[in-house]
Amino acid sequence: MTALPEETVRIPNEALRPPVHARSPREWIKENLFPNAFNSVLTVVFGAIIMWAVVRTARFVFVTAQWSIVRANLTNFMVGFFPRDEIWRIWVAMMLLAVVTGLRWGSGGRRRIAERTPQPLRQSLKPLWPPALLAVAIIVLSGSAVTAGLITALFLAGFGGRIAGAALPQPIGRWTGVALAVTLVVAYVLVAGPGGSGASLWRGLLLTMALAAAGIALSFPIGVLLALGRRSSFPAIRVLCVGYIELIRGVPLITLLFMAFLILGFFLPPGAEIPTLVTRALVALVLFTAAYLAEVVRGGLQAVPKGQIEAAQALGLSPVTITRRIVLPQALRAVLPAIVGQFISLFKDTSLVGFIGLTELLGVAQQVTKQPEFLGLGLHAETLVFASFIYWVGAYGMSRASQRMETRLGVGER
Amino acid sequence: MERERAADGAGLRPPPWRDVRVLRIAFQVLVVGIVAGLGLYLVGNLTSNLDRQGIRTDFGYLSQPAGFAIADTSFRSTDSVLDALKVGIRNTAVLSLIGIVFALFLGIVVGVARLSRNWLVRKAAAVYVESLRNIPVLVIIIFFYIAVVLRLPPIQQASEWFGAAVISNSGAVLPSLRDAGAANLFTLFVVAGFVAGAAVAWMRTRRFDRTGEPHHRVLWFAGVFFVVAGAAYLVLGRPVAFSLPVRDGLVVAGGIRMPPEFAAMLVGLVVYTASHIAEIVRGSILAVARGQSEAATALGLTDFQRLRFVVLPQAFRIMIPPLANQFLNLTKNSSLAVFIGYADVASVTGIIVSQGNPAPQSIVLLMAVYLVFSLTISLVTNTVNRRMTLTTR
Repeated sequence: MTALPEETVRIPNEALRPPVHARSPREWIKENLFPNAFNSVLTVVFGAIIMWAVVRTARFVFVTAQWSIVRANLTNFMVGFFPRDEIWRIWVAMMLLAVVTGLRWGSGGRRRIAERTPQPLRQSLKPLWPPALLAVAIIVLSGSAVTAGLITALFLAGFGGRIAGAALPQPIGRWTGVALAVTLVVAYVLVAGPGGSGASLWRGLLLTMALAAAGIALSFPIGVLLALGRRSSFPAIRVLCVGYIELIRGVPLITLLFMAFLILGFFLPPGAEIPTLVTRALVALVLFTAAYLAEVVRGGLQAVPKGQIEAAQALGLSPVTITRRIVLPQALRAVLPAIVGQFISLFKDTSLVGFIGLTELLGVAQQVTKQPEFLGLGLHAETLVFASFIYWVGAYGMSRASQRMETRLGVGER
Repeated sequence: MERERAADGAGLRPPPWRDVRVLRIAFQVLVVGIVAGLGLYLVGNLTSNLDRQGIRTDFGYLSQPAGFAIADTSFRSTDSVLDALKVGIRNTAVLSLIGIVFALFLGIVVGVARLSRNWLVRKAAAVYVESLRNIPVLVIIIFFYIAVVLRLPPIQQASEWFGAAVISNSGAVLPSLRDAGAANLFTLFVVAGFVAGAAVAWMRTRRFDRTGEPHHRVLWFAGVFFVVAGAAYLVLGRPVAFSLPVRDGLVVAGGIRMPPEFAAMLVGLVVYTASHIAEIVRGSILAVARGQSEAATALGLTDFQRLRFVVLPQAFRIMIPPLANQFLNLTKNSSLAVFIGYADVASVTGIIVSQGNPAPQSIVLLMAVYLVFSLTISLVTNTVNRRMTLTTR
């Protein structure tokens, strides 16, 4: 290409930049609230409604609500009847998890990109505001300095892990994922093992979190296998997988819980021990979520360009290696938000296990209103609002985290 | 076949245990065998367990008297189990259908509001979506039932809205139409008026496509419909009458009663599903190419015209499949009625089983009912989708 004359190329830098126009608050209000007659009316009417709603909500939260029921039952909400002398086990387990999660977060796992600019601390703290809000609410409700100190320690442990993780050399950083899995097992043994309390006695948030975590861990591999089966070149396997997926997706979770509750025992050979309610609920949740995950993953599999597979075949890779190293990483990355969306659904669906007699977070919220000192006071709104706030923190936190992961992995860009 | 064999060379064919064609079939036979074996084993366990406990394994129990009554219906305990199921199916269908209509309406409003130029409206819609989407629908339903509907004033102090509705903690009574002599005949004429109106609208559209003159099909439809229905109303001499609810002590006369459980289910399902539909609507509107919007503005269309004639028709095409999914979800979520005791098909099945009827058959029936609901909705939405899809080269 021939060089252009100097004069035409050199444009003063100032002219290239768009003019910066800082809007005054007045202009902002005009533009965003009163751009025309219709919107002005809308602003006034909506403003009045929103004011009313905000005042009502604030009045409920700070004045009329009798939070004493939540205050008195805070431990019940969190862990149910877990032996009070053994609660240190849960704190230790959470500390361990916080440190290792922080390590993994800081090291960025396997995918660390060398040139990734470290995020400023303020930016990385931003997604933590919902859990922080919950922490503040719990500290205020408990009114105990010990709880406040422990929760602060929990957050500090997470950040300490993150800073340490960022400093980890790459070969070790890769192992943080494995370390997280090991820590989960250690945490389970610590809480449920000798001296602790078995999973069938868990209640409250502890049960909700356990069901969600175990459900995610079990349904994900099953969902991926079902999706691969549905895309398989073996017609018989395809038919089996399609049949399963469509059958489960056509019925509500309640019917599966019905089954787990009423007739799972009939399917076992005579004399066999019937599994605990928690196991049965988990089976229903996993079978249900796996079918939905399979459809999400299938979408990702379809998005992988055919050339990728053909190139891998041309290189002589085996079918298993192609799936594991070429297809799945791209497929899962493409549908990451939808996968997290399914995990959020699973988390919310755990509220249904009350149907078979388990007492998770929602169950506790309903049962504490029947305690002798609160019976007949009609404090349902208080307990349900508190429970839904916890659900909201979990679900909203997960969706925020997935959005961040999405930008980091460059979904839709690479 | 001939060519393949020739290319293989008869003697070069590998032995069966290394022939990929044989291995593929063998593998599939193996997998199907394992699955079938497992299924047979489980079903064998099931039947032998049922036999040992003396539980019947056929569907004969359906014709026996149910032994329980269902509130708010004419179903009595001497009616058969099958009739109880039918009541449940009807309730599920009514709840889902009304829920879908309201959720769609609210969802579109909130979804469009999220894209409003007005900061206040935009933020309010965002708060609505982000808060309700992240709370389990069951919590929302139970909240509306226990903390809202049941906390309404009792019937003695019911709030009466200008004589049009009586609302108390035993449900809402709304105005309804009452048979005043010839309701069936009148219904026939209303349907006929609807069909005639639709036919005229279709003809107007054809004419518009051919000649380009304004079609005014909505006006024509409404005109034809009201002329036919109005004429029938006059000729039949007031065949139906408005029935307004009137409270007299503890009873309300007239109107149609909405049980508190139904109201809580409906509100819970609608506000939850609408938050999901709003996201779909927003995404679909954003997915319409920006140039379309800009071109419409350049042509001098108003904001409303731009939305009505350019953006929404294209967005609608994108949103049908995910909307269909939400309709399915709402229908399946209506099974949460078991938690507050509204007599939908799942609750009725629960009662049937608790009366000592065999559980396996009842659950299979329940699953079949939901599968039929799901398939029906899929069928309808797929048909709409096919008709709306842009035909491309």
